[in-house]
Amino acid sequence: MRDIGHEILAQSLSKLMPLRTQLPSLQLAAVRYRASNQVQIDVPKFEITGRGISVLVGPNGAGKSLFIRLLHGLISPQAGQINYDGQPVANGGRRAQAMVFQKPVLLRRSVVANLKFALKFSDTPKAEIEDKIAALLELSGLSDKATQAARSLSGGEEQCLALACALARAPKMLFLDEPTSSLDPNATQRIEAILHQAAMLGVRIVMVSHSMDQTKRLADEVLFMANGKIHDRLAVETFFDGPISIAAHSFLSGRLVP
Amino acid sequence: MFRVMAPIVVCLFASIASAEFIILQSTTSTQNSGLFDEILPQFENETGIEVRVVAVGTGQALRNARNGDGDVLLVHAKADEEDFVAQGFGVSRSDVMYNDFVIVGPRGDPAKVLAAKTVDAAFSALSAGGAKFVSRGDDSGTHKAELRLWARAGYEPSFSSGQWYIETGSGMGATLNIASALGAYTLTDRATWLSFGNKGDLSVIFEGDPTLFNQYGVIAVNPIVHPNVKAASANQFVEWLLGDAGQAAIAGFQVNGQQLFFPNAAQN
Amino acid sequence: MTGFSDSLQLAVSLILSGDAGLWSIVALSLKVSLTAVAIAGLLGMPFGAFLAVSRFRGRGALIVMVNALMGLPPVVVGLSVYLMLSASGPLAVMQLLYTPTAMIIAQVLLVLPIVAALSRQVVEELHDEYREQFLSLGVAGVRTIPTLLWEGRFGLMTALLAGVGRAIAEVGAVMIVGGNINHVTRVMTTTIALETSKGDLGMALALGVVLIALSVSINAAMSFAARSSARLAYA
Repeated sequence: MRDIGHEILAQSLSKLMPLRTQLPSLQLAAVRYRASNQVQIDVPKFEITGRGISVLVGPNGAGKSLFIRLLHGLISPQAGQINYDGQPVANGGRRAQAMVFQKPVLLRRSVVANLKFALKFSDTPKAEIEDKIAALLELSGLSDKATQAARSLSGGEEQCLALACALARAPKMLFLDEPTSSLDPNATQRIEAILHQAAMLGVRIVMVSHSMDQTKRLADEVLFMANGKIHDRLAVETFFDGPISIAAHSFLSGRLVP
Repeated sequence: MFRVMAPIVVCLFASIASAEFIILQSTTSTQNSGLFDEILPQFENETGIEVRVVAVGTGQALRNARNGDGDVLLVHAKADEEDFVAQGFGVSRSDVMYNDFVIVGPRGDPAKVLAAKTVDAAFSALSAGGAKFVSRGDDSGTHKAELRLWARAGYEPSFSSGQWYIETGSGMGATLNIASALGAYTLTDRATWLSFGNKGDLSVIFEGDPTLFNQYGVIAVNPIVHPNVKAASANQFVEWLLGDAGQAAIAGFQVNGQQLFFPNAAQN
Repeated sequence: MTGFSDSLQLAVSLILSGDAGLWSIVALSLKVSLTAVAIAGLLGMPFGAFLAVSRFRGRGALIVMVNALMGLPPVVVGLSVYLMLSASGPLAVMQLLYTPTAMIIAQVLLVLPIVAALSRQVVEELHDEYREQFLSLGVAGVRTIPTLLWEGRFGLMTALLAGVGRAIAEVGAVMIVGGNINHVTRVMTTTIALETSKGDLGMALALGVVLIALSVSINAAMSFAARSSARLAYA
């Protein structure tokens, strides 16, 4: 993939979504969730609002993927509430959100068909669809592969397409579950550039990452999660340089988290 | 005007009626002999009525006719036919034609049936169990005739079921296939035997006893019990079959120069 | 083995001679079985997909039932349909007994469980794969069915072919409800049964070879259609 200029990305993205003035608000209260053989998620009070990128880190089995899915309303808490702009996220609050999964899930169709499918569930008027698709193709760097089978793309290209599909709906909040963990540096760079631009346009981003370098590059704030609980919520500089919880300290030092 | 229209209308009706068909419930042995392929087109040419043959086991033919799923019934089980009419399902029963049963068996004749002079002696020889005997075992006309013959010879074959007495529960063709494969004896009607294509080592071992007479009867299904029955066409067929044209057609049917069925409708 | 090679020769000469009687029987076999599979597909694929994506009490038991019905004995189905359509039966007024329509009905009942069960399997695997992504996009439950059916089109094609195989090869049901009436309801399998009962084993086997050739042709045609549409599918 050729080197991407931030201007091109910014141009494509701004064709897709207006600059946000009204900021989203996601509120959690007394949330508990546990599925069989999994960790008990326990978050008494939590809020996501404003602008920027929050990166969720923590050891394996901490419940990060589960937590992201709770935030996006893919699973419902067994106790407590998760509300997006006042509405339970599992009942409609999801409409203003989007998610990118660790392994991209694409339809067994062409690149364009996948984008059209994603746009079908947004409220895009028919007249604008063609322009949006062109912008999305440019954004994902797949303009010359528009009619190719989506499943025949490389891993990095697939994930760029998945991200484009997520952004097609101009979401106010975007969740990502380790989106670049299996990608080469080129693809990782492109995805990070897109996320950076999207955040500047007002998309509130919460992503899970295993890479501390990526966290340092992207995060405005860091959430540290272990054993289903959020131990730290700190600005990125503070997390890596300042005082943090014992658990987070063990994690960063590469030791087992108590 | 009316004098011109009426005959045209009648002709139109006749031509619509000529798309008419009736269902004849009969047995697989009669069908397999080829008789119907020979005589039914003659009836259709004369009357324009197509006869559709459903060929199943005798018991099933009787059951189907009892349910009203046929317009005419033609089988060879006189006692059952008379019951059928007595219970009100048929209009009346008439003799149509007859042929005979024969005993076929392996050329080596291990049960020594060739020596028998009467059918009772033949079945006595078979009951010694020196060779296998295959039975229809399906309550068909042939099967019931076979059981009567065992009874006359004073033997109850079910005791030997599974040993040398083999009950197939199948039609004549399937039973003959099994007899041919096993080199066993069996009782069959001559018509089926003559047109059977898998004789193998079998040949006619015993024939000619008047007791082996096999009578076929025809019955029109009762339209009072089953109003869906095409009574008019059914009656036309029965009358044709019992009349000169049908009887001649039956007599004219031959396989390899041999007449298979002998018409014997009662003369009015 | 000479029996088999003789029958093989007879089969080839039958096919090449263009025997009108044979071809009308073949045509009826195709008409009955393909119509039955088409109907079973239209009913069974959405039903199977519904079973795959829905969650309700008794779903597990229903799936077990549908799977078990794949093993319905054809002769039992034939008998049941006969009792329904008989002049003494509840549907007598429709006058369908001993017609190709009755045969189609019986075969639909035989093929439907196969198509439904296999469709459910195909769609359920896709559902597991796509569920979270679709939920994220805002599409859930039965609204995912059309998309899942299209995504699973190759697996569903195999389900249909399994149905075709079952329909074109069965004899028990069509024999009872059709009556094997010459020129009206006689198909390949009932003809083979008839020739066997006449002891004409060579002819029966030859017709069997023709039937197998027919089945292979249908499968080849459908696979070809699938593969060439695969190139167009990415639109």
